[in-house]
Amino acid sequence: MLYREAGQYKTSYAADMAIFPLRQDRIGLAAILAIAFVAIPMTGNQFFLSSVMIPFLVFSLAAVGLNILTGYTGLLSLGTGAFMGVGAYACYKLATAFPDVNILVWILCSGFFAAAIGVIFGLPSLRIKGFYLAVATLAAQFFLQWSFVRIPWLYNYNASGAIEVPTRTLFGLPLTGATASPETRYFALLVIVVALTWIASNLVHGRVGRMWMAVRDMDIAAELMGIRLLHTKLLAFAVSSFFCGVAGACMMFLWYGGGEANDLFNINLSFNILFMVIIGGLGSLIGSFMGAAFISILPTALKFGLPAIGIPIAGATAEHVNLLLVGGLIIFFLIVEPHGLARLWQILKQKLRVWPFPY
Amino acid sequence: MNAPVKIPVGSAPLEREEILLAVENVSLSFGGVKAIQDVSFDVRKGEIRAIIGPNGAGKTSMLNCINGFYHPQQGRITFKGRTRPRMRPHEAASQGVARTFQNVALFKGMSTLDNIMVGRTLKMKEPFFWQLWRHGPAMREEIRHRAVVEDIIDFLQIQHIRRTPVGKLPYGLQKRVELARALAMEPDLLLLDEPMAGMNLEEKEDMCRFILDVNNQFGTTIALIEHDMGVVMDLSDRVVVLEYGRKIADGTPAEVKADSRVIDAYLGVAH
Amino acid sequence: MSDVSLKSELAAFRMTPGLWTIAGVAGFALLLVIGSLTGAIGKDTFAYRVFIDPFAQMVEMPDLFAQTLWEGLVGGVLYALIALGFVLIFKASGVFNFAQGIMVVFAALTLVGAYEKLGTIGIRGEAAAFIALGVALAVMLALAYAVERVVLRPLVNQPDIILFMATFGLTYLLIGLGEAIFGGNPKVMIADQLYLPRGAIDLNILGGRVTIQKLDIAAAVIASAMIAILALFFQYTRIGRALRAVADSHKAALSVGISLNQIWIIVWFAAGVVELVTGIMWGARSDVSFGLQTIALKALPVLILGGFTSIPGAIVGGLIIGVGEKIGEFYWGPLVGGAIESWLAYIIALIFLLFRPQGLFGDKIIERI
Repeated sequence: MLYREAGQYKTSYAADMAIFPLRQDRIGLAAILAIAFVAIPMTGNQFFLSSVMIPFLVFSLAAVGLNILTGYTGLLSLGTGAFMGVGAYACYKLATAFPDVNILVWILCSGFFAAAIGVIFGLPSLRIKGFYLAVATLAAQFFLQWSFVRIPWLYNYNASGAIEVPTRTLFGLPLTGATASPETRYFALLVIVVALTWIASNLVHGRVGRMWMAVRDMDIAAELMGIRLLHTKLLAFAVSSFFCGVAGACMMFLWYGGGEANDLFNINLSFNILFMVIIGGLGSLIGSFMGAAFISILPTALKFGLPAIGIPIAGATAEHVNLLLVGGLIIFFLIVEPHGLARLWQILKQKLRVWPFPY
Repeated sequence: MNAPVKIPVGSAPLEREEILLAVENVSLSFGGVKAIQDVSFDVRKGEIRAIIGPNGAGKTSMLNCINGFYHPQQGRITFKGRTRPRMRPHEAASQGVARTFQNVALFKGMSTLDNIMVGRTLKMKEPFFWQLWRHGPAMREEIRHRAVVEDIIDFLQIQHIRRTPVGKLPYGLQKRVELARALAMEPDLLLLDEPMAGMNLEEKEDMCRFILDVNNQFGTTIALIEHDMGVVMDLSDRVVVLEYGRKIADGTPAEVKADSRVIDAYLGVAH
Repeated sequence: MSDVSLKSELAAFRMTPGLWTIAGVAGFALLLVIGSLTGAIGKDTFAYRVFIDPFAQMVEMPDLFAQTLWEGLVGGVLYALIALGFVLIFKASGVFNFAQGIMVVFAALTLVGAYEKLGTIGIRGEAAAFIALGVALAVMLALAYAVERVVLRPLVNQPDIILFMATFGLTYLLIGLGEAIFGGNPKVMIADQLYLPRGAIDLNILGGRVTIQKLDIAAAVIASAMIAILALFFQYTRIGRALRAVADSHKAALSVGISLNQIWIIVWFAAGVVELVTGIMWGARSDVSFGLQTIALKALPVLILGGFTSIPGAIVGGLIIGVGEKIGEFYWGPLVGGAIESWLAYIIALIFLLFRPQGLFGDKIIERI
């Protein structure tokens, strides 16, 4: 009843090609944005913001990035963590070398460095496909991870071998460093994520997105339509790595604040983000957010949720139960809906449209 | 068979003598297997040229050579007066060669509309920067091309499946979407690899009509591979016959039909 | 006309990328040799340290070189074993089994854990070790059965990446299960009780001493035997024939009455046995801990080199990677700060792939449309 398109006529191709052609979808999006920008900062406490929302947003951004590469272009990558690391270290070098420039500028610029590295490691993708390519991206993962530890220049020769995030301000409020409040960090992150997601959505709905998907679905036919495979794949690597790099910089500067950084961008991070993309739905931006919510919030929810409903578990056991549950849920979800949460969401919307009738 | 009537082509006879594509002494082999041996033929502007022959005669390999997917070891292929020794497929596409495939090669995860829009890729010029915003020039360009695509959709009568993911369409419609995608490229030469394979009679008649309409209305030159002899004889202006990678006959349908070597190839040699 | 024929002659002698590479490398090597002989490349230049010095060391101290080579070979054999497990599963079920590493750990942990449990009820020594071995085998069989039932069967006909992801889920499950049952502490492999030799042989050859661990010899012998048995099994038995049929085409195999489910259980169990052996060997060289699962990642470049479906490829690839990374680490590692073992194997595999995308033993890929 509520979700129906009857009476909404499209009189131009522009209206027909809108990303949310249905009025109800646009209202829903506005509501989500209102909650994110107003309701959550007003009602959420510091713990909720810094342990739930900020990780969720960082992972969402990285998942959107990986989805562009794996979901839209069909190139499996296991090097996401390393590309995020490139962003973080680039941002650190830039922020310490040019302390007067606003940190947000550097967070966004660090994406370009990640994009360049991504393109270099994307070069083999012309000749190798599928799992072979996945293993090739592992080369990027391990090589870059090694660089983060072994090249002291990257962390300014700190004795700890880790990034020490300097305090930087935005409009007079500390945005990064130890004194930054979760609210400020959350707002900055939210703006970045919303803006970049909008750009990602523009890309995948236009010519570029169609080229990526054509390469994914049938690369030979795409080439015979005049699409240059190498250009298209490298573009996907660049855009994807840009998103991952920005996510990595955000992770370091707006979430962790440095410290235990030098082992942060490891292979487990890459795998986690791949999970988010697959559980959420390959080739779906909204799926990236759903997957990120699922994978990033689940451990926290289990850790604090189970004791709250009366199942007491100690720290170590919680870890084990957590692993068991996450593993089990991954298999369960893949069996129930291999196309991810996004597909479930679509089916639900379809059912809503025709409700109360089955067809 | 209830074949469609051949409509006389309206273009001037002089123009039809112009050679669009010339294949000269082409040989192609994979390791020791000789797929094509020393084949020469030409395609004139505006005509429908059929390539026929038994299975494994090298017909599809021939098309693959023409649009740069395979590179023949010997011989040369001249298109619009230009010869490229090792042409990449996307170069062929940008010169105006489009094709459909024996086994449907659509982009299965995308809707019919998006599939056809991919065919417009080469015609869309707005740079990456504008693509980031999806407003302004990129959107205007998108709308312009959408209008062209809608014309093609009307032409091939596939309005009702505009939004359907092509993976879910029945085979006959998939073939039609593939033709639509190739037409969206506004090609000078359209290569059709068995456009009617696996279709029932009605679908075949539809497809024949579309092919003739494309040839008539847009003046598109067509080279097609087909096994249905009735279709080939009715549709095509000239026919080239391959067997075991060699050319055994070339001429009008009537000439080819009368050629003893063609009869031997299709019916077996009488002993 | 002669011009045309000359052109075609030239076209026939086109330099392929492979030829260019060989020519380039040879030319570069020649330049270096000339440079170092004439003194143009001094002893303290970077070029000397990278391109000349390591080779000079190899020639000057052949015993050290032999030692490194041997260690690389043993490491390579163990990589080959893990890669073998991958290949078996990939061939039969088309699954890129990421859980390989954790299954190695799980098998070894079960063995040691069962032995400890037997100790608490008074059974010790060799008898207990072999009972524990039986228990571990039974657990791997049960695991194979469970995987087939819970993961493979419901996910049949899904895209590869979905199955790949499912094995990730399996990895998490097994880590959680293993830690919950056996605890996270490293354990000592019961090598003596399984009659594995210990100690070392010192060989005085090449003007120096080369130390060879007896355990490493045993590992090499057992691994080779294992590979031989598997090869024979798959070549000459009915099940082996069925497996090869399944590897070629699931549908065709089903249509002639081969039970996919049965084959999958057998293959996963065979892989489980390989994993158990790998776990014992690797565990005896260091200890049994969850850190071992990362060695499975090392098997991936091996797979790239050998091709995902080739058993000889897994063996040769394993040896190349094992030797390559040991020698690289020993002679070139110090130049860039060491610990390059973590990525060297991948870079070797990557460079190799650029020139031969189908792997060492794959056929040339002819793309068709």
